[in-house]
Amino acid sequence: MSKQEDKKDRRDFLFTASYTVGAVGIGATIWPFIHQMNPDESVKALATTEVDISQVEPGKSITVLWRGKPIFIKRRTSEEIQEAQSVNLKDLPDPQRDEDRVKDGKNEWLVMVGVCTHLGCVPLKDKGEFNGWFCPCHGSHYDISGRVRKGPAPKNMEIPDYKFVDNNTIKIG
Amino acid sequence: MSEQEYVPKSKAGKWFNDRLPLLSLGAHLADYPTPKNLNYWWTFGGILTFCLITQIVTGIVLAMHYVAHADLAFESVEKIMRDVNYGWLIRYIHSNGASMFFLAVYIHIFRSLFFGSFKSPRELIWIIGMLIYILMMAAAFMGYVLPWGQMSFWGATVITNLFSAIPLVGESVVTWLWGGYSVDNPTLTRFFSLHYLIPFLILGLVVLHIWALHIPGNNNPVGIDIKKPSKDTVPFHPYITIKDIFALLMFMIVFAGFVFFSPNVLGHADNYIPANPLVTPAHIVPEWYLLPFYAILRSVPDKLGGVILMFGALFVLVILPWLDTNKVRSAVFRPMYRQFFWIFVVDVLALGYLGAMPADGIYLFLARVATIYYFLHFIVVLPALGFFEKTDPLPASISEPVLTGGFSTVPARSDKIINEKK
Repeated sequence: MSKQEDKKDRRDFLFTASYTVGAVGIGATIWPFIHQMNPDESVKALATTEVDISQVEPGKSITVLWRGKPIFIKRRTSEEIQEAQSVNLKDLPDPQRDEDRVKDGKNEWLVMVGVCTHLGCVPLKDKGEFNGWFCPCHGSHYDISGRVRKGPAPKNMEIPDYKFVDNNTIKIG
Repeated sequence: MSEQEYVPKSKAGKWFNDRLPLLSLGAHLADYPTPKNLNYWWTFGGILTFCLITQIVTGIVLAMHYVAHADLAFESVEKIMRDVNYGWLIRYIHSNGASMFFLAVYIHIFRSLFFGSFKSPRELIWIIGMLIYILMMAAAFMGYVLPWGQMSFWGATVITNLFSAIPLVGESVVTWLWGGYSVDNPTLTRFFSLHYLIPFLILGLVVLHIWALHIPGNNNPVGIDIKKPSKDTVPFHPYITIKDIFALLMFMIVFAGFVFFSPNVLGHADNYIPANPLVTPAHIVPEWYLLPFYAILRSVPDKLGGVILMFGALFVLVILPWLDTNKVRSAVFRPMYRQFFWIFVVDVLALGYLGAMPADGIYLFLARVATIYYFLHFIVVLPALGFFEKTDPLPASISEPVLTGGFSTVPARSDKIINEKK
């Protein structure tokens, strides 16, 4: 009797050990098939873009491509900056100060991902009720700081990682 | 099938099963009575299923990264090898997987030849199997074209030109196959489309192959009809599943050995040179698994004759159940067929070797001898043996030879388990 029980324990151990090794093996086999769909190193290597901004006049903006998405680079006039800074944060669906959306001392430059945070369309510039951007897909309005003010978009337009290499060049990514 | 009585235990299971008897199917597959004396040559059915699924899964992944265009295909394959995460692994599994698939299918076919599994009442299983084999060759050939290297391009040129041997319409047929006046982008894109299609046709035929198998049940090493279920059978699960899994693991070790240690040993270095319509490689050979047929093709000095003989070599295989007229299935009880079987194996291996050698001098002569013998085996030897061969007495059941202790090809292990249980 006791001998039989002993046998059963050993067999259970073997089962558990086999299943464990099998599960690890299957997992290790599946991973390459999952990971192959992730961006590869050659895609990641293209993840930064340098932009020459010396030709942008105040009040104008340019659009550049970064990781397949449009980046809006807007050189704002001092009135526009003032307007952006004077907004009451309580009026914003996604409260954020304008100062937090630009670099210190470079607050005339607004650099943001030009993708509507609702479903990914590209908003039109100088449109909408807030003097900023307007998304034609589902009617989201953004102000001159790229913050959502009205419409279905849940968040402000995203600010990418970027820095000023010198006064005329920024590096995105 | 005999499992109509199966009733699921749970209420939900019963509700589902009354509407779609998938659970009955599962019960049928698990309980399926299998001859208890199946040896390891019988594990290749499961191994082949694994091969097919591996090719489909890796193929779908490769198609996510591959570009079917004459100007981009080669580059895209190189990108898979260098950039795509684990692309090298997935492509090597796919390319070596084709070889492993054929290795397994050849063992599977020769097992059937030795133990007479193609004979009545299993002719349809055999014919469906042959259709699968022919589709496999088509898929393998078209897949080899897709990387658009030198061997791809010239292999495609040579094989499609086979059809130019057809009298009168040959040239138009080849132009139609190419979609132009040479192998070019239209050829590549249609080959890609068909290469993606064929595995799913094979999958459908595999279902029919197994369905047809489950009507009479498995043949077995002694080749006699057995009662099912009976003392001579074991349920498929767990007896055969565990044996199949063990054999599959052994097979995967060999598979992984190729993939990780010599992934290019079965290919040709010339295929890492981009296709060039102006230069043919010095030595053009198909992949190893097509070599016997290639040897037959080249051994005939006439263009049309060579093509006819090559397709004839497949045709005699398809009609084999009516060429081998001996009622005894297993070669174990056929002392003469047993000899001829091994001669035939050597003949096919020789054809494979000769297909890789240059087609002149002694090689050509030997290839002709081997080709003649190939057809003699099917058209003369097998029908003649049906008349003249004196077969050994057959046992009354699978258990009998074990119990009398005089028979070595029947493994006694599964038998022992049954006896212990009683």
